[in-house]
Amino acid sequence: MAHFTKATSVKDWLNQRLAVEKVEKVMMSEYWIPKNINFLWAMGMVLVITFTLLLVSGIFLLMYYQPNVNLAFDSVNYTIMREVDFGWLWRHVHGVAASVVFLIIYIHMFTGIYYGSYKKGRELIWISGMLLFVAFSAEAFSGYMLPWGQMSYWAGMVITNLFSGGSLHADGLVEWIRGDYVPAQAFLNRFFMLHVLLVPLAIMGLIGLHFGALRIPHVNNQDGEEIDFDVESKKYLAGDKAGSKVMRFANDFMSKDMMVVGIYLIFFFYLVFFHYDFAMDPVNFDPADGLKTPAHIYPEWYFLWSYEILRPFSTNVGLIAFAFAQVIFVLLPFLDRSPNTVPASRRGLFRIWFWAMLIDMIVLTSMGKVPPSGIFSTIGLYAALTFIGLWIALPFITKMEKKV
Amino acid sequence: MKNSSRRGFMGKAFGAVAGVGAVASLYAMKKSWDPLPSVKAAGFATLDMSGYKENELVTEKWRGKPIFVLKQNEEMLTKAKANPKEMDRLIKIGDSYFMVCVGLCTHLGCIPGYNPDDESFLCACHGGMYDFSGDVTKAPPPRGLDIPPFKIDGNKLVLGEEGPEYKKMLESGTTLKV
Amino acid sequence: MKNKEPLILVVVVLFSLLTYYLVEPFAHSQMHKHHESEGFEYKDLPALTKKGDATKGQELVMGAAACVGCHSIEKAGVPAAMEPQDAAASYGVNPPDLSNAGAVYSARFLADLIKNPAHALMVEHKFDASKGQMHPMVPFYGAGGDIDQEVADIVAYLQSIAPKAEDLTPAMAFETACGRCHAVHYENWTQIGEKPKFKYKKDELAFDIKVLEYQKSLTKYMGKLPPDLSIYIRSRGEHFIKTFVENPQQYLKGTAMPRVGVNAESADKVLEYLEDSGDLKRHERESVGKNVMIYIVIFAIFALLWKKQVWKELH
Repeated sequence: MAHFTKATSVKDWLNQRLAVEKVEKVMMSEYWIPKNINFLWAMGMVLVITFTLLLVSGIFLLMYYQPNVNLAFDSVNYTIMREVDFGWLWRHVHGVAASVVFLIIYIHMFTGIYYGSYKKGRELIWISGMLLFVAFSAEAFSGYMLPWGQMSYWAGMVITNLFSGGSLHADGLVEWIRGDYVPAQAFLNRFFMLHVLLVPLAIMGLIGLHFGALRIPHVNNQDGEEIDFDVESKKYLAGDKAGSKVMRFANDFMSKDMMVVGIYLIFFFYLVFFHYDFAMDPVNFDPADGLKTPAHIYPEWYFLWSYEILRPFSTNVGLIAFAFAQVIFVLLPFLDRSPNTVPASRRGLFRIWFWAMLIDMIVLTSMGKVPPSGIFSTIGLYAALTFIGLWIALPFITKMEKKV
Repeated sequence: MKNSSRRGFMGKAFGAVAGVGAVASLYAMKKSWDPLPSVKAAGFATLDMSGYKENELVTEKWRGKPIFVLKQNEEMLTKAKANPKEMDRLIKIGDSYFMVCVGLCTHLGCIPGYNPDDESFLCACHGGMYDFSGDVTKAPPPRGLDIPPFKIDGNKLVLGEEGPEYKKMLESGTTLKV
Repeated sequence: MKNKEPLILVVVVLFSLLTYYLVEPFAHSQMHKHHESEGFEYKDLPALTKKGDATKGQELVMGAAACVGCHSIEKAGVPAAMEPQDAAASYGVNPPDLSNAGAVYSARFLADLIKNPAHALMVEHKFDASKGQMHPMVPFYGAGGDIDQEVADIVAYLQSIAPKAEDLTPAMAFETACGRCHAVHYENWTQIGEKPKFKYKKDELAFDIKVLEYQKSLTKYMGKLPPDLSIYIRSRGEHFIKTFVENPQQYLKGTAMPRVGVNAESADKVLEYLEDSGDLKRHERESVGKNVMIYIVIFAIFALLWKKQVWKELH
C-alpha cells in the first residue's frame, strides 16, 4: 500500500490520492504543442465546445420531448417552441450546432489530410477520428428522426431501406432495424434510445480515445518539421520560452484556442438567432405522413456527398459505391504510400489530389440536393466516378512521390 | 498557485467574462424548469356549491391535489359556533357553511380518511387527526388542513383566485399559503 | 516566416460559402418555382368603375340579390340559418358570414366574385357551368338595373358594415379568409370556430363530432381535407404563403384551393396570425439574439487580448 502522510492542504490531500499535479502536467501545462501551427489546430477545441453545446441543449430538450408517434411532433413544435421558457433557444442551438459541427468536422478532416497528420505514428488519431465521424453521423441521423416530421419519416424509410442490400432483398433485416414494416412507434423509440444514450456514450468514449491517441505522437505542425519534444520542452522550462519550438497546451495554446472559439461563437450565435433555417429543413415542419412522400427528399447537407455517390448508379452498383465511400476515408493512412509527412503543397501530385478531392466532394454535395435529372445527374455521375477514381489512384501517385 | 500567476491579468479578465456568460445561461436553464404556461393556466377550478350534501365528504381536484369539500350540518355548526377557531375555517356561501381544504395531511402529505360517524379525519400514515372543520386534533400534524386560495362568486367557489375572505384567513393565520 | 493564417482563413471561408450557396440558394432555386407577389391587386380582374351607394347595396343584399339566403351577417343582425356542419353538408363548405368581408377582401375581387364566383376564385377547372358543374355560390345576374352599378352598391354596403382596418385583428382576418377550411390547432381553431374548454369529456366529444362532420363534407367538397396551418409559417415561409393565396394555380395546377382575394393589409394580418401560431417567440428570439451577440463579441475581444498577452512571451 502506498504511504500516506498528513495532508498539509486540500491540494496535497488530493495530490496524494489522485496525483492531481501530475495529471495537470500531463494534460495541460506540460502537454507540449509545436509553435508552428495555425488556427486550424484549434478546430479540436471548437468541436469540444460545439459538442458541449449539443449536450447541454439536448438535456433541456430531453425534458419535454415525447418519443411517441402521436405526440412527438407537437411536443417539439408546440411544447418546446411555444410553451417552455427558452425552449426555442435550446432547439435552435441544438439544430444549428448539429449542422455546424459537421462543417467543423470536415474542416478538421481536410486539415489532417492537407498536413499529413495521419502518418507515421498518428494513424490511430485518424482512425479514431473517422470512427467519431461515423458516430456523429449516426447521432445526426437518429436525432433527425425525433421531431417526426415528413423528412424524419421519409429519411428513416429511405435510409433503413439501404440495408435491404439491393438484389439481396434482405427485407427481414430492414424490418428488424425498424421493428415494424414501416418506421413507426418501435422505430421512433429505438432511435430515441440511440440518440440520447448509446451513441452519445460511444462518442464520449471515442473522444477519449482520440485525445489519448494524440498524447504520444503529439500534434503535427504546418511545416512537416520533426520536433524533438524532449529537448525543446527542456529549453522552455529552462526559461527560454521564445527560443523553444514548443509551448504549453495550457495556457499558451489554450489562449489561442479560446480566441478562435470566440470568433467561432460569433458566427455560431448569429446562425442560431438570425439564420437558423438552413439547419432546420422547412419540409420537416409538416407532420409525418406515411401515405405522402414530399416532392423533394434529400438528406441534410453533410450527408449529400455520399448520398450522391449512391444516386447515379443502378441499385446494386450504387450500394457498393456508397459502401465504398463510407469506409474509404478510414483507410487513408494505409493508402497513402508516401514517406513524407509534409503539407500537400510540397507533395507534387498529392497536392493536385487534395484539391481535386475537396472540389469533387463539394460538387457531389451540390448535386446531391438538386433533382436528379438532366445535366445535374450527368455531373453527379462524373463526380461520383471521379471520387472513386481518385481513391484508386491514391496509392500509385503517393508511391511515386520522392522523399523530401 | 503558479498557474494563476502565469495566467496574469488578462486571463482573469477573460475568465470573468466567460463566467458572466455561464451565469446568464443558468438563468435560461432555470426558466426552462419552470411550470409551463398550460400548467399555470390549469391552476383554476370552479366548484358549484349548490350540489353538496351535509356531512358527506366530496373530493374535488385542483392543481392535481385532492380538495375536501364538507358541507356542515347543524350539529357541526353548533360546535363550531362555540369555538371561533373552527368557525374561522369555514366558508359561508348563501346560508350554508363549508369546509374546503387541501386533502393532504400537513404532516407529510398523505390523504386522511373521513369518518362521518365521528365527523373527523384520520391520517393512516402516522395517526394524525382532524375535526370536521379541518382543524388538527391529534399530533403529529403541525396545523389544520390548508385552505386553498378561493374566491366566492355567488353560488360558486373559484379555487386558485384570492378573494377577500381568503385574504382574511391568511392575515389571521387560519391557513398558510398553498 | 510569413503569416499564412489570413490566406488559410480566406480559403476556408470561401469553400464554406461556396458549399452553402450550392446547397441552399442554388438548390432551392432549382427545386422550387419562384413567383413574385402581385401586391394583392388582382389586375386580371376588371376594375370597379362605378361608385357604389351603401344604402342601395343594403336593399340588394337583403332583398333582390338574395345574399342572406345563404350568408349570415351577424353585424347587421342576420344570424346563421344553420349550424356550420349542416351548412357544410348542404354547400360543401360553410358560406361565410359577411360581417368582415368588406374589410378583408379586395373590392375588385369582391365585385368579380359576386358576378362570377368560379372565375374570381380561380376554380373554373372544377366548376365549369357548361358541363353542369355549378359553383355552390349562385352568381348575381342583376336586379334589373345596371349590373355593374348594383355590384358596386353591394360592395359599398359590405365595406360600410365592415370594421375599420385598425379594428380588424389578425384572428378576424384569418377566420374570415382561411378559417372555414383550415384548422390551426396550436391556436385552438377548428373549421367551425374556436374550440372551447370543456369540463366534461362528453361535451368535448360532442364538439369534436361536429368538427368531424364538417370535415367530412369539406373533404368531399375539396377532394382532400385542407391542411392544418399551425406551423405553415415555418414549413412554407412568408413568401410562399403570400404568393400562394394570391394565385394557388401558379404553384399547384388544378388545386381545389381557391384564390383567397384578400387585400394587402389583410394578407399581412393573416400572416401575423400564422406567425403567432407557428413562431410565437420570434420577438423574444430577436431581442435575446441581440444581447447574446453583444456579449459574444465582448467574449471574443477578451479572448483575443488574453491570447496577445500569453503569446507576447512566446516570440
